[in-house]
Order: sequence, then C-alpha cells, then structure tokens
Amino acid sequence: MIVLNTEFVPGKKIVEAKGLVQGSTVRAKHVGRDIAAGLKNIFGGELKGYTELLVESRRDAMQRMIAQAQQLGANAVINVRFATSSITSGAAELYVYGTAVVVADEV
Amino acid sequence: MDSLITLAVTGVVLIVAWVIGSSVESSHFRRLIAREQTLSKIMVSNLKRLPPNWCATSSALVAGEAVIATDYFKVFAASLRKLFGGRVRSYETLVERARREAIVRMLEQARSAGANAVWNVRIETTTIQGKQQGKSAGVEVLAYGTALVVSERH
Repeated sequence: MIVLNTEFVPGKKIVEAKGLVQGSTVRAKHVGRDIAAGLKNIFGGELKGYTELLVESRRDAMQRMIAQAQQLGANAVINVRFATSSITSGAAELYVYGTAVVVADEV
Repeated sequence: MDSLITLAVTGVVLIVAWVIGSSVESSHFRRLIAREQTLSKIMVSNLKRLPPNWCATSSALVAGEAVIATDYFKVFAASLRKLFGGRVRSYETLVERARREAIVRMLEQARSAGANAVWNVRIETTTIQGKQQGKSAGVEVLAYGTALVVSERH
C-alpha cells in the first residue's frame, strides 16, 4: 500500500478513485506518565511519554485508514492529512484521512 | 506568617524553574542548530507539485512529532504579559522549539529513507491541556510530508 500526502504518485498514474478513507484514535497514557509530565511542567523539556503516545496514535490511525482502503480494493492512499485535537487532560485525538485510489505503472 | 512562607516558596520555585528552564531551552536550541545543519542538503517545501523539469523516483510518507512542556517560569511570565498585552516571548520560543524538533525528526526519517527532498510538508499544532482548568501543559506538533528521491530531467 502506497501512502503519500501528495496529489500524485511518482512514476504511476491514477486509474480509479475509490473515495475518502479515514482512521482515528483517542489515546491516554497511564497515570504514572501524567505525574511525570506534571513534574516536567516545573522545569520544562520534552514530554517523552506524550511524544511516544503521539507516534503510537499515528501508527494506529494510519493502520485503520489503510485497512479501509484495502477493503475498497485500493492500492494507494494519496493526499493524506492529519488533524490533532486535545479532548481532555492527558488524552489526545489523532485523525487521519486521505483518498483511496488505484494506481498503475506509467507506460 | 503562612502567606509569607508560601510567597517565599513560590519565589524560590520561580527562580529555580527560570534557571533550569532556560538552560534546558538554550541547550535544546544548540542541538537543533547542529542537527539542522546536518540535514541542510534535503530540500523541504510545502508545494504540492514538483517543478516541471524534475522527476521523482521513490516516495514515502514521513512524519515527526514532538511534545514540549511549558515550565513554571514561562507560565508565570505569560500570565504577567497577559495583563499588559504584547508578544508572549516565553511561549513563542516554546512553539518554535516544538516545530523545529518535529521538522528535524521528519527530516531524519527522510534521510534514513535515502530521500533528497520532502514535498508537501504540513504542520499540525495542538496544545495539551494540563490538570488545572485553562492551563496548558505543553504543545504538541506533528510535521509530515512526502519524502522523494528527485532528479532533474534532461
């Protein structure tokens, strides 16, 4: 599965558009991470636990989007966009969407 | 008496947070500059399409994320600034660090994929809510784009 955020796929041409596919996750870390984050808020620095959370969320959301694209019989998702929002303290939503297409080699 | 002690403790925490916070920040900026220099060969653009005489041979989605915490002093300085208005410098440097860190991580991923260009870069910023109502614990940034191996067509 080709996943890109451009409107074109290098070396390939779009044969068929299958429609919008999407995936989203809302995740939270355990309370220990939140306490560590609270301490970080005194001196500053990177909140590694939350960065990890974001990486995991992105992978999860993308997997869901790709599963949807596979169901539609697509072999690529193009023009992918991410959107993030904070729901409540310590929880974050990550939403990913794109257009499922069928691509073929350029002749 | 009690309120005096509270005031003294707050003052000490403020000074300690300022000293540690600003040293963390300046060392982060130094590391960012060094890493950005090693990545300067990769072309970065938020254009959707390639110039007409270029062709791309390989492509992959790359992304970088960073969550940077506010510190006690930054929150205090910002709340003071909110009384008078104007540039909140303590938060400007915070979001700058988060954005640059996310972009650097995205570019490092592109470099390990062997790419020489990252196209259609998009940057998403969200604040993370803290325990207290209305106070932010930090800022999270997600940068993403398409890593390409490009060459000029003759």
